[in-house]
Amino acid sequence: MAKTPSARSASPKRTPAPKASAAESNSSLNILQTEFEKDKRFKADADTLLHLYEQMLLIRRFEEKAGQLYGLGLIGGFCHLYIGQEAVAIGLQSAAEPGKDSVITGYRDHGHMLAYGIDPNIIMAELTGRQAGISHGKGGSMHMFSTEHKFFGGHGIVGAQVSLGGGLAFAHKYNEDGGLCIAYFGDGAANQGQVYETMNMAALWDLPIVFVVENNQYAMGTAVKRSSAEVEFYKRGAAFRIPGMDVDGMDVLEVRQAAEVAFKYVREGNGPVLMECNTYRYRGHSMSDPAKYRTREEVQDVRENHDPIERAKADLLKLGVEEDKLKDMDKAIRARVAESADFAENSPLPEPGELYTDVLVEEY
Amino acid sequence: MAIELKMPALSPTMEEGTLARWLVKEGDTVSSGDVLAEIETDKATMEFESIDEGVVGKILVPEGTEEVKVGTVIAILAAEGEEVSDAAPAPAAEEKAEASSGEKPGADEEGPIAVSAPEAKPRKADPAIPAGTNMITLSVREALRDAMAEEMRRDERVFVMGEEVAEYQGAYKVTQGLLDEFGPKRVIDTPITEYGFAGIGTGAAMGGLRPVVEFMTFNFAMQAIDHLINSAAKTNYMSGGQMRCPVVFRGPNGAASRVGAQHSQNYAPWYASVPGLVVIAPYDASDAKGLLKAAIRSEDPVIFLENELVYGEKFEVAQLDDHVLPIGKARIMREGSDVTIVSYSIAVGIALKAAEELAGEGIEAEVIDLRTIRPLDKEAVLESLAKTNRVVIAEEGWPTCSVASEIVALCMEEGFDHLDAPVTRVCNEDVPLPYAANLEKLALIDKDKVIAAVKKVCYR
Repeated sequence: MAKTPSARSASPKRTPAPKASAAESNSSLNILQTEFEKDKRFKADADTLLHLYEQMLLIRRFEEKAGQLYGLGLIGGFCHLYIGQEAVAIGLQSAAEPGKDSVITGYRDHGHMLAYGIDPNIIMAELTGRQAGISHGKGGSMHMFSTEHKFFGGHGIVGAQVSLGGGLAFAHKYNEDGGLCIAYFGDGAANQGQVYETMNMAALWDLPIVFVVENNQYAMGTAVKRSSAEVEFYKRGAAFRIPGMDVDGMDVLEVRQAAEVAFKYVREGNGPVLMECNTYRYRGHSMSDPAKYRTREEVQDVRENHDPIERAKADLLKLGVEEDKLKDMDKAIRARVAESADFAENSPLPEPGELYTDVLVEEY
Repeated sequence: MAIELKMPALSPTMEEGTLARWLVKEGDTVSSGDVLAEIETDKATMEFESIDEGVVGKILVPEGTEEVKVGTVIAILAAEGEEVSDAAPAPAAEEKAEASSGEKPGADEEGPIAVSAPEAKPRKADPAIPAGTNMITLSVREALRDAMAEEMRRDERVFVMGEEVAEYQGAYKVTQGLLDEFGPKRVIDTPITEYGFAGIGTGAAMGGLRPVVEFMTFNFAMQAIDHLINSAAKTNYMSGGQMRCPVVFRGPNGAASRVGAQHSQNYAPWYASVPGLVVIAPYDASDAKGLLKAAIRSEDPVIFLENELVYGEKFEVAQLDDHVLPIGKARIMREGSDVTIVSYSIAVGIALKAAEELAGEGIEAEVIDLRTIRPLDKEAVLESLAKTNRVVIAEEGWPTCSVASEIVALCMEEGFDHLDAPVTRVCNEDVPLPYAANLEKLALIDKDKVIAAVKKVCYR
């Protein structure tokens, strides 16, 4: 929504002169980072953290199973796993208001679906292309949606979800519903032009949106430093006066705390935030990626020393949670995931007539 | 319980591979993430990782084995605390491996199934205009503006966005007065960033609003075409009908006047080839108004193609409270019995002028305005063909892969028995549009080219 001309000229933020000094300008872009650095980790009690741990573990086990089913030929096409990045979706999602805030992401979307509490059966059934899948088998791994949960997909064109997310944020503001949009994209998408077109309009119109760069260090096979002139993505909003946040995406409590800070700022009507979550994907870009662009040692180091689930586990043990309880939880999740795989394998294929449904909504 | 390790599919197309090397041996303890083996596909050598913890029980396929089918059990992993010798393959293992190495599940059971598209429903007719209705003269430009204004009054969710639509009152003055009536919340000037604002408009539709996104011309929509096709057109299908996208993209399309090749192109055939889109290209003011109102109300994404050269032309429009016309229905602009001229947008005017002149020579041409290009009103074309037995298509656009080509295919496939002459296309020349006045005139269709084609199919 454009401001009225008078409102626009009255806004000191947009007055062309006098220019803010470089130092002032920088500090206004750092306000959220400064706030965040006061205390970077969310104070979670044992129950809260246990819940976050359970959700991350569900994503991990689900994705491992999806990888297995792909290997068995039950899942076809492209399949992008979220293993390693679990803390990002869970940390942010846990701070969002269900039913009010909207989410949009790219094709690495299974983890985000699970983060919403969507039934693993219908997600896995979509992966295997069955009628019971959330898109009746017509979307597949990359195209899943749940309007009921305000999860808007599931988009296969790198960067497109960012402008679409701008539109969702626009709708929140237009409807004055108090919601915000979380638009996730990768370090690869962060180089797409439309991302910056959207940042410009989002800042110009004070749209309620959090741009989240899930920097997993590789755009398919190209390392960040080989593709990006500015590798600190959280700084890239500076051209549009969007405050940035630099977040450890391997720590669910840090992501959660960053989300608290960012969401408060956006809900107060201050416009967008650009949050960079530094994370790592353990598997290839998709299932067919041999991942020869990085060393095994590099992957192993992240797994052994920075794993988000192990980190949450260590925190839980410190909080006095029994290890046996965590083992039982893992067992239950494995059983749940196995059940979803059975469901997905045994569900019927879509009816041939499904081919022609949902092309258009109306009849003309 | 023992876990079967099966030959994995490592790409969407892999059916078999070479088990190049085992990196573990029987009795080794492995944990999640350890590399068990290297597998060569036709494209790459991939590492096969363990997902579970356990002890390597038995290696069933030795290293160096070629053409190992996907799904074959290659080793057995014993779980923690389980004896290696206990870890025998379950009886169902081989059967299952065979099943999954072949066709996709279920595919072989059903065999080829003939599926036909659902039958088309009977067409809706234009609503009758009550006798005594006042007729007013409106330019196409005003008719379009009135359509938007009426729909904005009717539905709070409708808003207009685009370059220069608000304070400038529209680059071609189509949105004149809207800012004054509806204010800056609903009439929004965007920066010159078509890709970005087409995405924002599409996303806003997904979020429940009814955006009307104006492109200053459709030439600039090339920057944004990904959102029109990949985001707007496919979402309903990919989501199994969950996620709608009721957005209208509108603006002038086709050749203007001496603006050169980059600003002169008819995109109707481009968008009309995409399932999931509705494509409308009206000619006169009445259709422009009635169809734009219908487009804004539609639950589907609509590409609404206007024509700059027609904006100022005036036509009679019925003064009705709510003038809405059916999408997907052609209109007979002039009845005739000797030949059918199928057309849309600016070429309808050319066809009508040609028909008038032909009547003077004793040839009665029926002129059909398609109005909606997708879904195409096949019935209207075929009915007219059955009556006249001759079809000429007049289209202001390139001939190759055009709407005209589509009409030719339709007449061949479904109207062949009625044809007395080859279906003939009259389109622009197959060149980028030149700037020089004489060359531009040569490149575009005109009345004389249509008349020549009609005479040819009438063997006159």
